[in-house]
Amino acid sequence: MIQLHYFASLRERLGISDESISLPDDVDTIAGLQQWLQERGEPWSGALADERLLVAVNHELAKHSSGVRDGDEIAWFPPVTGG
Amino acid sequence: MIRVQQEDFDPGAELEQLHGKLRAGAGAVVSFTGLVRDLNEGADVTGMTLEHYPGMTEKALAAIATEATSRWKLIDAVIIHRVGPLEPNDRIVLVIAASAHRRDAFQACEFMIDTLKTKAPFWKKETTSQGSRWVTTNR
Repeated sequence: MIQLHYFASLRERLGISDESISLPDDVDTIAGLQQWLQERGEPWSGALADERLLVAVNHELAKHSSGVRDGDEIAWFPPVTGG
Repeated sequence: MIRVQQEDFDPGAELEQLHGKLRAGAGAVVSFTGLVRDLNEGADVTGMTLEHYPGMTEKALAAIATEATSRWKLIDAVIIHRVGPLEPNDRIVLVIAASAHRRDAFQACEFMIDTLKTKAPFWKKETTSQGSRWVTTNR
C-alpha cells in the first residue's frame, strides 16, 4: 500500500485529503503514479495537470522522475506560502 | 530548535531563553518576526488560516536550520512557525540566528526565512471582504 496526501487548494478541489491505494504493478515513478491517478478521470485528470504542483515522497520534495516504492507516503500540493 | 504550534509565541521570552544557553563566544543574535498583514493584493484581509503538512513541516524546518548552520558559523538557530487561524497583526513566524559575529547571524537569519517561504509546506487561506481565497504568491 502507499499513502497519498493532498493539501490546500488541491485538497479542496479533489474533495479528499488522503487515501491509501495498492501501488499499481506498472508504476515505479511519480510521473507514472500521477498519470495513473489522472486516468481515474475528473477531478483527478484536471487537478493533477497543474504544472505548478509540488510533490513530496516520504516528506522530502521530489521530482516527477523520482521513484515510488510500496510503503511510500506521497503528497501533492500547490506552491507553499508560509512565512 | 524547531517548533510548529497553533498558540502564539513570545519573541522576548524565546530570545531570553536562547541567551541563557549561550556561552562566551557568542557575539550576535539576530531575530526576524513575521506578522499577518491586513492588506494583500488589493483586498482587506480580516483573517487567515495556515494549513501545513504535519511530519514534513518539522523535517523541512529542521533541514533549513541545519543548512544554515553548515553555511554560516552559527552557535544556535531557532524557527517557530504558527498554524491554524490567525488575525491581522498576529505573529506567524520567528527565526533566530546566534553567532560569534553579526554578519553570519544576519545572513543566516535572512536565509532561513527566505528558504522557509519556498520549501516549508505551509499554505495560507485568507478571509477577505470578498470571501476566502488561497494565497498563491508569496512575497
